[in-house]
Amino acid sequence: MTEVRKGLIAKRYATERRFRIYGATALALTALFIVFLLADIVIKGLPAFTEPRVKLDVTGAADKVDAAKPAAGDYEAIVREALRARFPTVSGRAERRKLNGLLSQGAADDLRRMVVADPALIGKTFPFAALLSDDADLFYKGRQTGVALTKGATSLQFAESGEAYVITGDVAGLSPGQIVLVNEGALRITGIANGAAQAEALARPVTLNPAAAGGWNIMTLAKPEADRRISDQEIIWLEELKSEGVVEKAFATRFFTSGDSREPELAGLRGALVGSLLTVLVALALSIPLGVAAAIYLEEFAAKNRLTDIIEVNINNLAAVPSIIFGLLGLAMFLSFFGLPRSAPLVGGLVLALLVLPTIIIAARAALKAVPPSIKEAALGVGASHQQAVFHHVLPLALPGILTGIILGLARAFGETAPLLMIGMVAFIVDIPKGFESAATVLPVQIFLWSDLPEIAFQSKTAAAIMVLLAVLFSLNAVAIYLRRRFERRW
Amino acid sequence: MLVWTVLLASVLAVGAFLAGQTRASALRVAGGPALHSLPTYHGLFLASGVITGAVVAGLAAILLFGTQSIAVPAAAAIGAAGAGAALYPRIASAFRARNLFERFVLAVLVLCSAVAVLTTIGIVFSVVFETIVFFRQVSPLEFLFSAQWSPTSTPASFGILPLLVGTLLITFIAILVAGPLGLLSAIYMAEYASGRMRSVLKPLLEMLAGIPTVVLGFFAALTVAPLIRGSGESIGLTVASESALAAGLVMGMMIVPLISSLSDDIINAVPQSLRDGSYAMGATKSETIKRVVLPAALPGIVSAFMLAISRAIGETMIVVMAAGLAANLSINPLAAVTTITVQIATLLVGDQEFDSPKTLSAFALGFVLFIFTLALNYIALRIVQKYREQYD
Repeated sequence: MTEVRKGLIAKRYATERRFRIYGATALALTALFIVFLLADIVIKGLPAFTEPRVKLDVTGAADKVDAAKPAAGDYEAIVREALRARFPTVSGRAERRKLNGLLSQGAADDLRRMVVADPALIGKTFPFAALLSDDADLFYKGRQTGVALTKGATSLQFAESGEAYVITGDVAGLSPGQIVLVNEGALRITGIANGAAQAEALARPVTLNPAAAGGWNIMTLAKPEADRRISDQEIIWLEELKSEGVVEKAFATRFFTSGDSREPELAGLRGALVGSLLTVLVALALSIPLGVAAAIYLEEFAAKNRLTDIIEVNINNLAAVPSIIFGLLGLAMFLSFFGLPRSAPLVGGLVLALLVLPTIIIAARAALKAVPPSIKEAALGVGASHQQAVFHHVLPLALPGILTGIILGLARAFGETAPLLMIGMVAFIVDIPKGFESAATVLPVQIFLWSDLPEIAFQSKTAAAIMVLLAVLFSLNAVAIYLRRRFERRW
Repeated sequence: MLVWTVLLASVLAVGAFLAGQTRASALRVAGGPALHSLPTYHGLFLASGVITGAVVAGLAAILLFGTQSIAVPAAAAIGAAGAGAALYPRIASAFRARNLFERFVLAVLVLCSAVAVLTTIGIVFSVVFETIVFFRQVSPLEFLFSAQWSPTSTPASFGILPLLVGTLLITFIAILVAGPLGLLSAIYMAEYASGRMRSVLKPLLEMLAGIPTVVLGFFAALTVAPLIRGSGESIGLTVASESALAAGLVMGMMIVPLISSLSDDIINAVPQSLRDGSYAMGATKSETIKRVVLPAALPGIVSAFMLAISRAIGETMIVVMAAGLAANLSINPLAAVTTITVQIATLLVGDQEFDSPKTLSAFALGFVLFIFTLALNYIALRIVQKYREQYD
């Protein structure tokens, strides 16, 4: 073999290797995308499954709660008082309001439920875990600002000058905006001049004793106060609660048990889940009988003629029509022409039923086709009528395949969003839907709604809702795969 | 009322089934004439008659009095009872109950198949009707050739051009991503991957296909778009926060599984003898794929691309969440553009008045979309039919 030829073969083999690498790269990129997508969602969403609560000793004082009517008590005041008791130095209306703002509105409702369930608590002092606001929540999850604590390396003296404080000593290491934690107080540096630092109190120190090196701390907040939704003052309070060990992180069952809310820490998925369930129920109740019957007719009974051809082409086309067009159909037909109620699971289910109908028909036909003709012929041979042969012998054998198709259709219906926007299932609905005609929203639409909201806390909620949606869909797919493996039969 | 009507009719049907079955069983006496049909079929026949009666009377009542009226269940009950009373005496040993019941079943099956056709007719009617109303108010020439789309401003202008350009731009980006990725994935899976690898890779791609588009939209809007914007600005480009690129990229990833699974099937359908022939001539695997397998599979692959394009054009949620609302006539992938589906969704969310051109324009857009996707599907089908190689 000449050198030229050897070179040519080497080149061809190199091309071969390259081509193979292209293919592997394409698959790797796709896999990477999926991993990146899922990791992103999980990292964003996981924090939303926990909620921080502060353990308070609340007193169900008789002047705030009437033992005869425990539901009407002023629980907001009770919780606020209990929190204020932890911060005796806080005074003034503005400061108090800020302190109250750390609590969620849901805390009072939780307490009400607790007392109504156990009226014996009235007049007693008992422990209660109060839900914190979404800003406090985000702070504890590290989403507001980075917090760095360093030990003070020098010795400082403190003096009061009116409302403010003056720090003297070696203040060269301090800069405005930093917070000096000393003598159980917190002083924010406002300016440094002539070897002394001016400071304002975020929490008044108990004494003015001088602090030696290592006897005080500097807190540095990564994000300036103007750029975050939580003030230095609130951070000091939250840090104090944390250092006292009264903040607990609990699983947010509320995320699954309550409806939508404008407050991120109170918003839950129950309404959307119930809405999804009702909608999908309607969709399945219609599309399964219709789809399976149509598949049986087309596969087993239909004569091969033009009409059958038209129906077949029609179904294939329908499978490729964009889902938003089905929304237009629902709006023009079901809402405007038939006058069915807006935002109702009934209408959503009707639209989704038509949407998944082609999927189910195509899957069911494939399953029926896979049953060998000998089964049917044997039945006909012993005297069964055509329908008896189909319904008693072919259909039962095709059932696992049909079921797989139904589950895939169900998954499609469960994740569909666009057509439901058209028929008004996008409203902000707090109540859990009561029936097929009450206003409701569904899980994917809830995700869409939350993703549009400006609060950062809702971003996390959205990702958590996506995790729930994907969990449902993946388990549906897993069931379909299991069915396929378990009942797959080679004839 | 409807739920009650259905329940009532079901109870009556079960009653009729039992009555018919009992009566037919009673006809079976030793030495008497044999029954033509089994007692079960007599019961089913009576039940099907009762259901037909209930449905016909119930529908008539709905047309006359509306769905909420108490007359609906009443009429259904009367219809059911009437049908039952009329048919009950016909049960006799020579009565061909099975044949009649099977005819009923066949009619039901035909009706069910007709629903698919009715759906298409319903879509065409609802879209075309509103579109005609729209074109009475806005001239079709303005709709097709005006370069400005601002349905909410006064005076409103309805030029579809910016939407069309935006849709095609995003679709183009999506195909640019999904075409190579999907096709190369399919080739690797069909020709190189071992059986075990396939069993891992195929479910992975199916998983991607099963992810709802609202999830991809969230990812595009909150992760991909800021990423593109950040990296674009770090090299000194101005990137809109809702760029066509972000929406197009994620949409491309969405249609990778579509292209790869369709192409995979098509490549697998190319007979092994063609490959063997090529190998026998000394060709390497990649040469065989590029010069023999792909040309043979080309019509199918083209039709897979057509279906992918049609999917991308009709996709809504990704673009609603990640592309903008501003109808810019631009082909800059870093600018914000809007698409047909985004406009339909935003025009129709909330309360609609069916006489304003704003609402009606959404139906006109829907009509355009419907025609587009239908045409693409038709072309895809024709290509496969026309250029299909007959191997056997």
